Amino acid sequence: MGSGRGDEAGRKCARAGRKLAEVVPVSAAMSFAWPWQYSFPPFFTLQPNGETRQKQLAAWCALALAYSRRQRLPAMTLREAQDSPLFANRRLQRKLPPEAIQVVLEELRKNGNLEWLDKNKTSFMIMWRRPEEWGKLIYQWVSKNGLTNSVFTLYELISGDDTANEEFHGLDEAMLLRALQALQQEHKAEIITLDDGRGVKFF
Amino acid sequence: MDRFSWTSGLLELGETLVLQQRGVRLYDGEDKVKFDSGVLLLSTHRLIWRDQKNHECCIAIPLSQVVFIEEQAAGIGKSAKIVAHLHPASPNKEPGPFQSSKYSYIKLSFKEHGQIEFFRRFSEEITQRRWENMPAGQTIQVNKDPQAGRIRAVGIVGIERKLEAKRKETDKNISEAFEDLSKLMEKAKEMVELSKSIANKIKEKQGDITEDETIRFKSYLLSMGIANPVTRETHGSGTHYHMQLAKQLAGMLQTPLEERGGIMSLTEVYCLVNRARGLELLSPEDLVNACKMLEPLKLPLRLQIFDSGVMVIELQSHNEEEMVASALETVSEKGSLTADEFAKLVGMSVLLAKERLLLAEKMGHLCRDDSVEGLRFYPNLFLTQS
Repeated sequence: MGSGRGDEAGRKCARAGRKLAEVVPVSAAMSFAWPWQYSFPPFFTLQPNGETRQKQLAAWCALALAYSRRQRLPAMTLREAQDSPLFANRRLQRKLPPEAIQVVLEELRKNGNLEWLDKNKTSFMIMWRRPEEWGKLIYQWVSKNGLTNSVFTLYELISGDDTANEEFHGLDEAMLLRALQALQQEHKAEIITLDDGRGVKFF
Repeated sequence: MDRFSWTSGLLELGETLVLQQRGVRLYDGEDKVKFDSGVLLLSTHRLIWRDQKNHECCIAIPLSQVVFIEEQAAGIGKSAKIVAHLHPASPNKEPGPFQSSKYSYIKLSFKEHGQIEFFRRFSEEITQRRWENMPAGQTIQVNKDPQAGRIRAVGIVGIERKLEAKRKETDKNISEAFEDLSKLMEKAKEMVELSKSIANKIKEKQGDITEDETIRFKSYLLSMGIANPVTRETHGSGTHYHMQLAKQLAGMLQTPLEERGGIMSLTEVYCLVNRARGLELLSPEDLVNACKMLEPLKLPLRLQIFDSGVMVIELQSHNEEEMVASALETVSEKGSLTADEFAKLVGMSVLLAKERLLLAEKMGHLCRDDSVEGLRFYPNLFLTQS
């Protein structure tokens, strides 16, 4: 959690006299509800049988998305992925091998749930909710509250009091931008430059 | 610089020294190399460079490698140079100081002048191509510098040269040894031609030679590996011999197969059969060819080849797919099994046990856990559990 943003928000809230919704840092991975496959040793071996492999990959994708959502996973490198509890089950003493991790990541990418952050494919970001889906949620809030033709700063959308109860509250700024870009494509929004940063206008 | 080879510096028979120049530095393309101060010798056949400080260090390049040469005038602080553009190195070139080079040209830098005369004579030699008329032979002593003449085996260069000489020697020995074998092969060819011609004569003179003699002769042909030319099968590898053999095998293997659960690997069959025959042993090839005939001849056994290439003989009544169902039961009971554990439980060889587990995996009944602990098979919960 960036202290800069917190201070700013704190000051703003102090002025408003309202309590800022606390973002609780997620506790250790142990509180996460692992699926049955996670304790099944063959889950960590890329299955040669086509049909079996399909089921296996589907399970891996679902797990990766759920884990990334729960843990609010930031961008990761392949190295970090290999050692992460997601792909390495210490209790079972099994790790998904690097080549298999690549296959899972590619599957996520094909489904629109993963983005490579560099040309050499060394770091990536798992998007448990696709940018288009976030965009839809944001636009729903905008139109429900009659806020079309309004301009917002990115900060207001993510950390503003008005969005405190929305799912996209606290969203990663990079993710927000992708969501707004998706809306832009649909001509429902336009990303603009303001004095002290960026903002968006909804149509 | 990768076209150069180590040399003793001795001129070969038929090779004549044309010109030499001290104070020459070598460049690999644009890069300086460690050969910075040496004597450059031009002969009718080669361009030789010898280090002025260490006479042992001597490299040469055949003039035939040179495509063309050009002069590079001297500049401020730079000596005059000759640029020699080269053909690619030949694959059987003698070892030299560089394995590879990104340049296809070298530069000769004349720090103590002499470049004009050298260029003139160099051009002449390349134009005249005297090396083509006088193929170089054994080495002879050069009277100019007696010290550099001896090939002394010192340092890595010496070791390299010794190894090269040894390799050549070994190569020569092997070629000589196989020379005899090639003569034998020629004779064998003649033998085969001879027997074929006799066989044909027999065919023509069918009436004159008795049935008995013909059969005897045909069996001699068979033992030499020539199939009977009269009754050759039209279908691929089927020969009379293999067909007879297949029938024999069917009789011989019935009981052992039943004892082993209806399936045996081909290597087990080979051992069993040859132990039984005692003297007239079967070659692996003959066994395989005979087994290939089992199914076409509608015998109670058949040859099966798994995806991995493993070959087995099984009873016609044996159904591997059924066996897979019982394998799944066994694995489920125990939670998981390796091929070893499964083989012990069921009482079959590890090879066949593994094949059965792999077949079960292929059919989707089992899945695998491959780790440092080994390869283990589990019931395929991916498909059975939602």
